[in-house]
Amino acid sequence: MITVSNLTKRYGSVHALGPIDLEIPRGGVTALIGPNGAGKSTMLTIIGRLLSGDSGRVEVGDLDVVTSDSRELAKKLAILRQENHFVARLTVRQLVGLGRFPHSQGRMHPHDVDAVDMALEFLDLVHLQDRFLDELSGGQRQRAYVAMVLAQETDYVLLDEPLNNLDMRHAVAMMRQLRRAADELGRTIVVVVHDVNFAAAYADLVVAMVDGRIAHVGSPHEVITPHVLTEVFGTPVDVIQHREHPVAVYYQ
Amino acid sequence: MADVSMRATARASAETSRVLAAFRPRLIGISVLAVLAALAILFYGNPAPVGSRGYWIIAESRMVSVGTILIVAFCHGVGTVVFHAVTNNRILTPSILGFDALYRVIQTALVFFFGAGAVAATDGLFKVVVQSVLMVAFAALLYGWLFSGTHTSLHVLLLVGVVMGMGFASLSTFMQRLLTPSDFDILTARLFGNISVSNVTYLPWGGLVCVVVGVVLWRRRHVLDVVALGRETAISLGVGYRREVLIALTLVAVLISVSTSLVGPMTFLGFVVALLTYQIVGSSEHSRTLPMAVAVGASTLLIAYFILRHVFYAAGLINVIIELVGGLVFLVYLLRKGLR
Repeated sequence: MITVSNLTKRYGSVHALGPIDLEIPRGGVTALIGPNGAGKSTMLTIIGRLLSGDSGRVEVGDLDVVTSDSRELAKKLAILRQENHFVARLTVRQLVGLGRFPHSQGRMHPHDVDAVDMALEFLDLVHLQDRFLDELSGGQRQRAYVAMVLAQETDYVLLDEPLNNLDMRHAVAMMRQLRRAADELGRTIVVVVHDVNFAAAYADLVVAMVDGRIAHVGSPHEVITPHVLTEVFGTPVDVIQHREHPVAVYYQ
Repeated sequence: MADVSMRATARASAETSRVLAAFRPRLIGISVLAVLAALAILFYGNPAPVGSRGYWIIAESRMVSVGTILIVAFCHGVGTVVFHAVTNNRILTPSILGFDALYRVIQTALVFFFGAGAVAATDGLFKVVVQSVLMVAFAALLYGWLFSGTHTSLHVLLLVGVVMGMGFASLSTFMQRLLTPSDFDILTARLFGNISVSNVTYLPWGGLVCVVVGVVLWRRRHVLDVVALGRETAISLGVGYRREVLIALTLVAVLISVSTSLVGPMTFLGFVVALLTYQIVGSSEHSRTLPMAVAVGASTLLIAYFILRHVFYAAGLINVIIELVGGLVFLVYLLRKGLR
């Protein structure tokens, strides 16, 4: 379980976040939605200990993210931001292998190699494993980063807008793979998504944020409603039913 | 269509494994080249009869040059590769942090306050140690100060380094204006890096520092791989990013200060060595790039020294030529690749 209690954050004089109290249960896919500047990424980054909050506590599993040993935490919690620019030249396999660092400290045991193979297979990257990252398309590269995070074998995986810059086909494939990671590997996946319909179709729990606060928490059927979305996004939203999922329509 | 992409993929895989498998033979080949160049420097064209006392004296003095070259190559090659990893770029070199300028200002201040005689009179291990300590202390202060603030950015650090470097440079220029022409002449000779000015007493100490720093960096080679992925990924992988960057930058400062104290500033040597290393190795794991940088640095510098000294009889010019070639390569690289 991820427990956030009384968390606040300011950027200079700008009130960015909080106070926030939130519990994300173990297992399944949780989606964070909300308009730009609502604090979704900020909250995710603080949970992932890349940023420190001004007050409050964040616990992942039983570990406090601020005071716990970083290496122990890296075996429980992985976070992937949307921008990953680096000049190092690595193959897909080398990158995914670095995901094992918290366990191997660089010395790969057979068990680590297995985990890398599994992650590559899971994201359908086996045929690309010896390519250098700079030779891949944006979608393939994104998949390689996600494979690295999965190879880390953490209970909790936080992803900041993993669908950014992906076309329809790749976005759907990515969400399917995350769903499978939750169902088959038992990971707890927390994603920030911009498209509420992906949240509606794939998430177990949807958290809607507005102005640095939690506005609504619930199942897709409870949160993806005309009333809630119109209030959260400040624009008229209609919701229709497609198969068993609600679909938001907001184009006119 | 699918078939074409499959074939392209297969070709890419074969290419990758070829590049990665070629690492060991290439490392050995380049090291052999370095050894041959070192032997050539030691024994080629010795005027004294073989086996006589003069022969060995000359060989011994050449040994000092070879040792100096090895230390300089190690410092700049390893220092620049590590610097590139932690600063996440492949263009800047450690000299951007103002090391060259600091060296110049120390030398100039010595002549300015104590006269040209003081420069020669104070030469010795003590001065080298003081110089190195000053440079490392400067770097540690700068990093420590910048990393303790709330807005910690590597770019701010680099920018401050550049500005400090400019400040030091104008301070040196100001003092140089006030020197007598003869003092200025002696000082100028000092400010051009020169492998021949190195002294035998410094070498064991320089070598010892290199070995110690080399061992520490080698043990951290996997951590460096992770740090090179950037702050956020490194933290997610459980690496204390700030601490590792601080350690790495301080070690780089130690290496560069050793080299600068021995032979004076060399701005582009590290850049050229690192660029060649990346081209030869192909991938970026430090278990490959670190040893290759040492081999490439040593063979480049040894061969250049041999050619300039024994073929063109222009040993004093070696740094000038390295800087010229290095600067040209740097410009071409910038124009081709852009600021990435």
